Amino acid sequence: MGILEVRDVNKNFGGLKALHNVNLDVQEGSVHAIIGPNGAGKSTLLNCFIGRLTPDTGSVMFNGSTLLGLKPHEINQAGVVRVFQTPEIFSELSLLENVMIPAFAKRDGAFKLNAFSDVARHGEIREKAMHMLEEVGLANDRDKTSSSMSRGDKRRLELAMCLVQDPVLLLLDEPTAGMSRADTNATIDLLKKIGGRGVTKIVIEHDMHVVFSLADRISVLAQGTVIVEDIPSKIKGNEKVQEAYLGGAHL
Amino acid sequence: MLSLFTKSSEKSDLLLLALFAVVVFAMPIWLAPFGAAYPDLMQRFAIYGIFATGFNILFGLTGYLSFGHAAFLGVGSYTAVWTFKLLGMNPIPAIIAAIIVAGLFALLIGFISLRRSGIYFSILTLAFAQMCYNLAYSVLTPITNGETGLRVLRDDLRLFDAPTVGDGGPLLSHIGGIEMTGMPGFYFAAVLLVIMVGLAMRIFRSPFGMMLKAVKTNQTRLNYTGVNTRPYTLAAFVISGMYAGLAGALLCVIDPLAGAERMQWTASGEVVLMTILGGVGTIIGPILGAALIKYFENIFSAFNDQTLNDIFSFLPDQLQEGFVSVTSLFVGEGWNLSLGILFVIIVVFLPGGVTEGLNRIGRFGLRRLGIGHKSKNEDETSPAPGE
Ligand SMILES: Nc1ncnc2c1ncn2[C@@H]1O[C@H](COP(=O)(O)OP(=O)(O)OP(=O)(O)O)[C@@H](O)[C@H]1O
Ligand SMILES: [Mg+2]
Repeated sequence: MGILEVRDVNKNFGGLKALHNVNLDVQEGSVHAIIGPNGAGKSTLLNCFIGRLTPDTGSVMFNGSTLLGLKPHEINQAGVVRVFQTPEIFSELSLLENVMIPAFAKRDGAFKLNAFSDVARHGEIREKAMHMLEEVGLANDRDKTSSSMSRGDKRRLELAMCLVQDPVLLLLDEPTAGMSRADTNATIDLLKKIGGRGVTKIVIEHDMHVVFSLADRISVLAQGTVIVEDIPSKIKGNEKVQEAYLGGAHL
Repeated sequence: MLSLFTKSSEKSDLLLLALFAVVVFAMPIWLAPFGAAYPDLMQRFAIYGIFATGFNILFGLTGYLSFGHAAFLGVGSYTAVWTFKLLGMNPIPAIIAAIIVAGLFALLIGFISLRRSGIYFSILTLAFAQMCYNLAYSVLTPITNGETGLRVLRDDLRLFDAPTVGDGGPLLSHIGGIEMTGMPGFYFAAVLLVIMVGLAMRIFRSPFGMMLKAVKTNQTRLNYTGVNTRPYTLAAFVISGMYAGLAGALLCVIDPLAGAERMQWTASGEVVLMTILGGVGTIIGPILGAALIKYFENIFSAFNDQTLNDIFSFLPDQLQEGFVSVTSLFVGEGWNLSLGILFVIIVVFLPGGVTEGLNRIGRFGLRRLGIGHKSKNEDETSPAPGE
């Protein structure tokens, strides 16, 4: 039984079938990659897990209970954390604050009226956030605001914001897009390292180098349908996959 | 010293607050050259400083722009006068009751208004405030005494007051025999201003304050970070409503009369102006803005055609007439026009408000003196020597 079970999920946008009878089983502790051409519905599928979208039909079970109908903050508090495709950070706050906020949310829950203690007094939160910034290589910029950062740096900050929460299930939507090769490799290493801590991951990636260095299983999505699901070595030579990619207008 | 005007965070909060207290308590001295050292005006500086400080906790931190905060000011005033009527003229119970009742009103109005954001939120708060105004003005006349305004009467219950003999002077709020008018009234309001600014500083610096700032930059993202933003914004709304309630009560402590006009939309707009004029999101900005507006209101509204004629009497008759008729539009009753112009100038040229202007001047001055002003941030991020 998987930690995440997706059954017959359908999602339409007007006349567009963005997701069509999608099934997915993600094993605890594994890395499950979702690949497919642009517009295949990969981000839409993740949106159905985190409460941004509700599927028209189907079910999404996490750890034996449904995620559908939960509010975004409840899903996060349950341990499902997402790295966004376009980095969404708190651009007016410092990098350190950007990472401290999710750390506070993890420790204090969805709401705590902590109005009279100095942030600086919460040393363990600060240290945790600092440690995370070090891991993604942004520690030197901790007091800068994030608005002026490069896309790749924003991505690494996003990653830090998600990892600091020690997620149970981490959803990564193109975590290395916009990064240099060196940064991409560093991110792969980082993701492998937290894999050692037993974090289950779903990775959406166009970069096959990343996919094949991380994934335990791969689902291929095309036009809203899972066309193949298998281990990486079997995916490489699969005809359907070749066809989906070559047939895709974006390639 | 400079950091007093900025958002910067240092551990010297207490020192800054002490400094602020000294400046506030010494107002009768240093305001004298500006002709502003009389109690009436200084009371208003302190009271509207509290109002704007509270407003800034909502607007400055979360970005939610309430256009109805005067409702809580009015509720605070009415509650205070009723406390006087029922319990007696001691200001302490009046203040406590006003804070609680204004907080409850804010809870109700905020609960509904915060279901929307942006302009819809602003309009909802405006609508609620106008409703409160109309209720106070006509519907709830038995409670508010409508148009005439609510005041304390000699034969009110006033449970804990010693029975007054004869007519003995006007009914004033007092503690231990000291009447809360004139300088004592100012110092009473000033002490509360310092306390409330101290509280605001703590809130700005707290994890709660940080969450509110995150709401301002990206509320949706904050939800996906596991934070339920609704109670955070509601708490900020209630806290700022309580500040407004306190300010409303203080207005009645120095003059025990509450009228509905205190809740009108112009009053709600005024606190928005104060905050933006002074500098949104800074501690000192809204207080400066409040003082500036009350100061100019005082000066400009005092002018009338007679004083203008005196000022321009050196001009030939026809010119004098022309100047007087033009300038009279901007003074007296029309002083709001001057305020509007001032506001436009500030927003266009100094969007950060007066505090930003002071900061620029400060930085410029330091540079001229050859003292490179380094912010703490720059210091921390520069590499250690020998690296
Ligand atoms: N909110 C929405 N409303 C309408 N259509 C949408 C919405 N979100 C996505 N779509 C459409 O659904 C389809 C799937 O989009 P989705 O973003 O899931 O693709 P993707 O696989 O993540 O692509 P990419 O690799 O480019 O990120 C696209 O055709 C897209 O235009
Ligand atoms: Mg996508």
